[in-house]
Amino acid sequence: MLREEILTTIEKNSRVDVHELAVRLGSEDGVIAEEMSRMEEEGVICGYHTMIDWEKTGMEKVTALIEVRVTLQRGQGFDGIAERIYKYPEVKSVYLISGGYDLLVTIEGRSIKEVSSFVHTKLSTMENVLSTSTHFILKKYKDHGTIMAKKYEDERQMVTP
Amino acid sequence: MRNPLNKKVETIKPSGIRKFFDIVSEMKDAISLGVGEPDFDTPWHVRDEGIYSLEKGRTFYTSNSGLKDLKIEITKYLKRKLDVSYDFNTEVMVTVGGSEGIDAALRAMVDPGDEVLIPRPCYVSYDPCTVLAGGVPVYIDLKEENEFRLTARELEEAITDKTKILILPFPNNPTGAIMERKDLEEIAKVVIEHDLFVITDEIYCELYYKDDYTSIVQIPGMKERTVYINGFSKSYAMTGWRLGYACAPEVILKQMLKIHQFAIMCAPTTSQYAAIEALKNGEDDVKMMRDAYDQRRRFLMESFKNMGLKCFEPYGAFYVFPCIKEFGMTSEEFATRFLEEEKVAVVPGTAFGDCGEGYLRISYAYSIDNLKIAIGRLEKFIEKLRK
Repeated sequence: MLREEILTTIEKNSRVDVHELAVRLGSEDGVIAEEMSRMEEEGVICGYHTMIDWEKTGMEKVTALIEVRVTLQRGQGFDGIAERIYKYPEVKSVYLISGGYDLLVTIEGRSIKEVSSFVHTKLSTMENVLSTSTHFILKKYKDHGTIMAKKYEDERQMVTP
Repeated sequence: MRNPLNKKVETIKPSGIRKFFDIVSEMKDAISLGVGEPDFDTPWHVRDEGIYSLEKGRTFYTSNSGLKDLKIEITKYLKRKLDVSYDFNTEVMVTVGGSEGIDAALRAMVDPGDEVLIPRPCYVSYDPCTVLAGGVPVYIDLKEENEFRLTARELEEAITDKTKILILPFPNNPTGAIMERKDLEEIAKVVIEHDLFVITDEIYCELYYKDDYTSIVQIPGMKERTVYINGFSKSYAMTGWRLGYACAPEVILKQMLKIHQFAIMCAPTTSQYAAIEALKNGEDDVKMMRDAYDQRRRFLMESFKNMGLKCFEPYGAFYVFPCIKEFGMTSEEFATRFLEEEKVAVVPGTAFGDCGEGYLRISYAYSIDNLKIAIGRLEKFIEKLRK
């Protein structure tokens, strides 16, 4: 229960400090701190990241989603192939997917060329990879539950009964 | 020319909030903690259902008492939440916000000279609606030492042989006070003994930060003498949709429906379709909002404690009602100076009745980040005053 409350709160804002979290959840600083470090140890909390809209920074950044179809060999599962892919630092995420293809891979690079070159030279040439299909992201509307474009404006009247 | 006005209307004072609103409006860069409505948007699936109903061309009147499907969902909700059964056909009416239900109930039940008991501080409409219905408002001043709950003794003392109705405005705007089962049981005893009726305004019932919510209609013998008012504004963040409902024994509801039929015709059709979706699939939204409010409430209570500002812990609605008597100013002076010097708008307690003097209504229908900024300024302001 407390775990769930901590997680749903810090999922939206990981910068809430322990004391504030304790106040907001009606708990104690020590209890929260202990629960948090336990969850970190157990790998429930895997990291604290910052959401950045790179587009607004002027820095070049290209993201592509790549559908990958693979062939499995005797004694080898998806995990092994996935591992070979996710070890590349260019790869931001790898999911095993049900349906028309097997793995969904997210790749980030500085240019379309850089991403394509990675796909052609590294990904498609892997022994188990049958085919790839690359989709470049043109615009992010919403990411990690956050709407990118919208800036919250309070349109309510200043004082109401 | 003759006086075109009705004498009763002329006696009604404009709401104290209005006055403050005018001051705030002139201040462009002020931040506000003065709002009495949720900061959340109506959940998208609910809005989508409203849009869909428009696309489908469902733009006609509904029956006077509201869409059958909506009334059925309302009765299911009340069964689920309170384990109370209402007949959707004869005991439920969909209204234009909870406020229309309050007005219709008073007009349907009050005869000239009947006294209506209004515990204060409270929402601003009970008093004028009573007057317009020909009744006589009799105030019960609630006390901080009772956490602004109504006690049986206070009720007993206010009753005369003209008393007919008791208004129960809990969870309360502006204090955030609640009534628990034991409180309601004691009130019910007095109500039944004196053969009174109750109008219970439970518009904030989903914003309740304790376990075991109890409504007066759950107390034996009370449902048959109570008009139950609720709505979608606060629970589902639907203030602008203007949708509420009233449930009452058929003998009362039948007359309320007449007033509604001739004054209103029916509640907005689009809103009614959206409300069906809210009741059917909105439970998670309600929980999400309640949890967020509860976190802010705890945050404010802790902040007040740290700055040494006296405030009883409220368990309902989205208001806190801190006491500012130590500063030797009226609520209005405090609120005005706070606005002028720190540019934060809060509502003076007196906007909700004279007995709100010495208190402020602070709304936490704002994000934690907003609250932090505003509370920072309050702390600064208080330190200045204490010097």
